[in-house]
Amino acid sequence: MAEVDNDRPLLVADGLSKNYGRLTACRDVSFALYPGEVLAVVGESGSGKTTLLQLLSAQMAPSAGTVSYRMRDGVLRDLAALGEAERRFLFRTDWGYVHQDPALGLRMAVSAGANVGERLMAVGWNNYGHIRSTASSWLERVEIDIGRIDDAPRTYSGGMRQRLQIARNLVTQPRLVFMDEPTGGLDVSVQARLLDLMRNLVSELHLAAIVVTHDLAVARLLSHRVMVMKGGRVIETGLTDQVLDDPREPYTQLLVSSILPA
Amino acid sequence: MNAPAYNFAYLDEQTKRMIRRAILKAIAIPGYQVPFASREMPMPYGWGTGGVQVTAAILGPSDVLKVIDQGSDDTTNAISIRKFFAKTAGVETTTSTADATVIQTRHRIPEAPLHAGQVLVYQVPIPEPLRFLEPRETETRRMHALGEYGLMHVKLYEDIARFGHIATSYAYPVKVNARYVMDPSPTPKFDNPKMDNCPALQLFGAGREKRIYAIPPYTRVVSLDFEDHPFTRYRFDAPCALCAADDSYLDEIITDDQGSRMFVCSDTDYCEGRQAQGHRGTESAAPHKEGAHG
Repeated sequence: MAEVDNDRPLLVADGLSKNYGRLTACRDVSFALYPGEVLAVVGESGSGKTTLLQLLSAQMAPSAGTVSYRMRDGVLRDLAALGEAERRFLFRTDWGYVHQDPALGLRMAVSAGANVGERLMAVGWNNYGHIRSTASSWLERVEIDIGRIDDAPRTYSGGMRQRLQIARNLVTQPRLVFMDEPTGGLDVSVQARLLDLMRNLVSELHLAAIVVTHDLAVARLLSHRVMVMKGGRVIETGLTDQVLDDPREPYTQLLVSSILPA
Repeated sequence: MNAPAYNFAYLDEQTKRMIRRAILKAIAIPGYQVPFASREMPMPYGWGTGGVQVTAAILGPSDVLKVIDQGSDDTTNAISIRKFFAKTAGVETTTSTADATVIQTRHRIPEAPLHAGQVLVYQVPIPEPLRFLEPRETETRRMHALGEYGLMHVKLYEDIARFGHIATSYAYPVKVNARYVMDPSPTPKFDNPKMDNCPALQLFGAGREKRIYAIPPYTRVVSLDFEDHPFTRYRFDAPCALCAADDSYLDEIITDDQGSRMFVCSDTDYCEGRQAQGHRGTESAAPHKEGAHG
């Protein structure tokens, strides 16, 4: 069954466009994402990356086009046709959303254990012991000291907050994770550690992911495929190594050549 | 010459009509917070403006009113509200739980069992049980609408993680009729089981927050908990010092600066009733002594 499902797309975007009045933030984006595949969306500020992510995760309605998602029962369904309750349930269980600013994705005043456990309690877990042991095992997986399970994330460093956010999202074993600049605002060594952790988790859990980033190094490390956006359009797409080593479009060539030498 | 300065029970009839409509809707959807156009009342917010408006809207000339404040009939808040309705509605008032038809309460349910036909009106400061975890009203409303109550357990989880047990001892969240999660106003959790399947109608009024909600008679009310940390009642482990009751909710009263204290029933009517039946506690004055000073 799992073998068969790997051959069918998990998420399909078809002709997605979004206008803000006269401004077109995103136009005619189509692609399919397969289970276990990591897609990076790169481009400069204002190129429509975040708008695209919000359209794909059904947080915003597109002006034109559709997004379909293959539910756990194997049926591909149009997200716009889902009820709000179903959409929110999907968001809490089968999906993850990692914000650039961990304060948006975490409850800063509630302990780390409860932050991880919240999604479990939301799907009806009712045994404190089980919730706590699952939360501890996830903190261990994202390399947070178990001794800090009862501390609130506002006492955590930036890197720890981001790792906690990842644990909170992965605890319900989602199949698709959206990441919006997951390493933005972190220093270089913390970034490297976080990327390493994410790469392991993604392959271990066979996660599909859509990573929005302006950092080509992140794209290279994490993703299988890259989409380059400019002015709301996808101008180039292909395998990560192919696009980054041999860019076809002038804009992509510019992007790649503007990486500072290490 | 003696034309009444106020309408019956202070509020004008249109306002009462509006509040009654909100109450009917609240009864129809047990535990759901119905918005209503709360009025300015001649008392400050926090003194029971919500409860007073609900009471004013349901009071009739033949009703018998009892008002308690933390179980007590003779504290300032209870006396002033009782006098308020004695003056503006001319209704009979009482301190006896059994004789009352309408009981307005601040944070207690009387010890004596309520019977069918009675209405218990609660004064509520903050009606939203999710408020301290989710400050956005738009979001909490949506969570109620979709029945997303995982967050309520986060609060209980935090209690256990910090204190080793569910330390919430008042305003303990309940689920009404297997649908809405509700804040039973800051009553001690000792009283929570009394709400379940209660023969009396329970109405909740929050004046500042402009919400009314209700538990109709004989409705299932379940206190939230975890499988491995079930809901428990809490009371001080002592008998009442005045009536020796060992089943009532107790107030702790500090009697000097040397650490002495006594525990007495919070429900004064219950305590006095037991004393009249001849029950004596350790601190009771002998009847003849009291008489000698009289």
